[in-house]
Amino acid sequence: MDLHFGDSKPTDEERAAVDTLLGPPESSWEGADRSDADLRWARGGREARARRDLLLPGLHAVNDRVGWISEGALGYLCRRLTVPPAEAYGVATFYAMFSVKPRPATVLHVCTDLACMAAGAPELCEGVESRLGPGSGVTVERGPCLGLCERAPAALAVRAGDPVRTAVAAPATVERAVLTAGAPGSAAEEPPAARALPQAGDPSLMLLGRVGVVDPADLDDYRAHGGYAALRRAFALGPAGVIREVTDAGLVGRGGAAFPTGRKWQATASQPDTPHYLVCNADESEPGTFKDRVVMEGDPYALVEAMTVAAYAIGAHKGYLYLRGEYPRALRRMEHAIGQARARGLLGDDVLGQGYAFDIEIRRGAGAYICGEETALFNSIEGYRGEPRSKPPFPVEKGLFGRPTAENNVETLVNVLPILTGGAEAYAAIGTPGSTGPKLYCVSGSVERPGVYELPFGATLGELLELAGVREGLRAVLLGGAAGGFVRPDELHVPLTFEGTREAGTTLGSGVVMAFDDTVPLPRLLLRIAAFFRDESCGQCVPCRVGTVRQEEALHRIAERAGAAAADDVALLREVGRAMRDASICGLGQTAWNAVESAIDRLGAYE
Amino acid sequence: MTAIPLGTPRLLLAFTLDGEPVRAPEGSTVLDACRAAGKDVPTLCQGDTLTPKNACRVCVVEVEGARTLAPACSRKAEEGMRVRTDTERVRHSRRVVLELLASSVDLSTTARVAEWIEEYGAEPDRFGPDAARVDEEPRIDNTLYVRDYDKCILCYKCVDACGDQWQNTFAISVSGRGFDARIAVEHDAPLTDSACVYCGNCIEVCPTGALSFRSEFDMREAGTWDESAQTATTTVCAYCGVGCNLTLHVQDNEIVKVTSPHDNPVTHGNLCIKGRFGYQHVQNRD
Ligand code: SF4
Ligand code: SF4
Ligand code: SF4
Ligand code: FES
Ligand code: FES
Repeated sequence: MDLHFGDSKPTDEERAAVDTLLGPPESSWEGADRSDADLRWARGGREARARRDLLLPGLHAVNDRVGWISEGALGYLCRRLTVPPAEAYGVATFYAMFSVKPRPATVLHVCTDLACMAAGAPELCEGVESRLGPGSGVTVERGPCLGLCERAPAALAVRAGDPVRTAVAAPATVERAVLTAGAPGSAAEEPPAARALPQAGDPSLMLLGRVGVVDPADLDDYRAHGGYAALRRAFALGPAGVIREVTDAGLVGRGGAAFPTGRKWQATASQPDTPHYLVCNADESEPGTFKDRVVMEGDPYALVEAMTVAAYAIGAHKGYLYLRGEYPRALRRMEHAIGQARARGLLGDDVLGQGYAFDIEIRRGAGAYICGEETALFNSIEGYRGEPRSKPPFPVEKGLFGRPTAENNVETLVNVLPILTGGAEAYAAIGTPGSTGPKLYCVSGSVERPGVYELPFGATLGELLELAGVREGLRAVLLGGAAGGFVRPDELHVPLTFEGTREAGTTLGSGVVMAFDDTVPLPRLLLRIAAFFRDESCGQCVPCRVGTVRQEEALHRIAERAGAAAADDVALLREVGRAMRDASICGLGQTAWNAVESAIDRLGAYE
Repeated sequence: MTAIPLGTPRLLLAFTLDGEPVRAPEGSTVLDACRAAGKDVPTLCQGDTLTPKNACRVCVVEVEGARTLAPACSRKAEEGMRVRTDTERVRHSRRVVLELLASSVDLSTTARVAEWIEEYGAEPDRFGPDAARVDEEPRIDNTLYVRDYDKCILCYKCVDACGDQWQNTFAISVSGRGFDARIAVEHDAPLTDSACVYCGNCIEVCPTGALSFRSEFDMREAGTWDESAQTATTTVCAYCGVGCNLTLHVQDNEIVKVTSPHDNPVTHGNLCIKGRFGYQHVQNRD
């Protein structure tokens, strides 16, 4: 590889940001001043290239410090990592949180997604934009769900510097959002995570029981509340025993695909190729989802412990926690928890004195929904564009860095703790035969008590909404998020299980339940969903890249129409949607049309 | 696929193609099997010298038991698999994909596409006159070749040819995402400020004419490009000892572009700047 780095220079600050992450350069081959010795030896190449996966952290480092990524900064980072600048440019421009054009140090991300839209996001955006015009030193970015839907409408301020400052305004008024953007350093602390749990204090909670009860910063408190009992049991059972328990418990993935977790672990554990990796997908970006955030903010050690158990079962010594870039508080809590666990011998070379080595590295996403797709997530960690890979080969065979990898999301992993402490049998007794255990739901929209709910599988949609206090005039419920589907107010008897929702022709997806009353204009919701997928398509394959655009155009044309006037465009939507579902590479393109289709078929959106 | 005569005999897999039993060597793709059986499967991002990115999705086929359609160019043949290449479902996806492409970029110089549009009954115009298009101006920033991304279908072939599959220069990649994704050099700069070494291997693999010789681009603009009046002569490059094969395309006694045979086992169609572009001295008649 003959690399050409151009001659734009980094500023001192940009250089410092990169060097803080990578250490100072060792020779002129990677960006230091040239010394005589450098003329006689060459370095870089293979050794540096193996650090390609530090590209995303490097981009974060610069963006955090300066607020955007200049040519000089990108060039310097590329030199340090032996990454071709064209590829790094492709990566930097892939993520919504980065900018390769100069911009003010403060960015205010204002959510325009579904729950926030129902709670007045359009007015909020207009108000904020008119107050924070050019010259205010703040860039206002309208964007997708920030995962704060229970406190909609939401805004997140990020001010570059050393250190970078972040602050959340939710629920946001124009006033509060502007204040937060003006002084993110002195903004009020967010309410504790437990405020997102309307059931807080309920002793029957298995997954959320510790949220609000333990101090998320205190490892001893976690242990005093039953922490690390599951890991001890895991060591007693051995890896095969853990996999057996998880299989017998009937645990299936909670991310939407509902794949049996035990089978995935078994398949990974049995691969002869090494090393094995564990990846925890904490990139929850499905509009309307915030449960992973609440778990990570309120009970971070539970995730550390669960990842350790999973890694032990599959024979991995390294785990990556891919955490959503828009979750600064979850990031801080997890960083702290991992550091404490390491200091106390619960991570590292000799976990719990059992001679088993395991450690966790956090990787921050940078604003790309598609990175929640497992293979896109691997590419993102590896320092490539977050484009999904085509399967086969499957991750259990060739995943992260081309090695056998088990990938699970946060909710799936924390289920492993009660399985091990209470036993598979007790766990399997919860829920229904086809969907065992407890399930988390993110309820938002037109309800009195939005938040994360934990119920055994099998409760009906109506029961859940009743708990949340559904408001008068319910018009529709979006199940499963933007990739899910709408159901009607007369379908609330649908049991919330994988088989029950499937039978009812819809999906449980990731557990999103968004209620909309009749004040929310349906065509606007559908347009927002279409815009979301158009924005978040990685652009790799034609049906999704162009199909999402054509669908959004058709929805714009019929926004104000119905009946025969809309019929042509509805037919067009169907034809494009069918090809997207059949021919797209990944789940994003395959499901992008689900919600709109269900709105047309079940709600009669354009009749 | 380039025929390489050496190697151990490979296991033959048995499966069915449109109901007919077929056999294909282990490791071959469904597309290989289709072509061997004389079926015409449309392809755009597949290239004979590259590992396909399976991004265009015009080659999709139905594999029994699969939830979605599969790209024939990349799906490996498996024992016992049942593949259908001509169902209504397959034809529907191919038609819509062609419509989506043709409604967003200029396919006028993409080989065979007009034929497929006809065959599948695609009507790109039905998305209306306001359908968003890529709308890029041709980038003419050097004397050797032109990048006209208004014709680009993002097949990734040039990226792969410039990157780890052939040239190892990594001068281009995809930037942005979604409908805004584009092929670009670092910082989206002019080619002359980039890492490009002008081997032209990206032009060699580009299926759409988005990348073309400056000579071809200028002649097309002037309306003097006439493929039917051209001859193609394959010869050996005289510059260095590698001895690459060159195919000289000549119109009116002038070399108008240089390609290279893909089935050459040494170069697989790749050249360097001299062989690809250094032909002016041949026709310098003063
Ligand atoms: S379906 Fe969409 S997101 Fe998935 S690979 Fe294709 S373009 Fe990318
Ligand atoms: S420029 Fe040509 S080769 Fe490159 S992606 Fe576009 S169409 Fe493909
Ligand atoms: S094309 Fe380049 S490498 Fe090939 S023979 Fe000519 S000068 Fe040598
Ligand atoms: S935070 Fe706005 S919809 Fe989720
Ligand atoms: S030729 Fe198979 S996907 Fe493009």
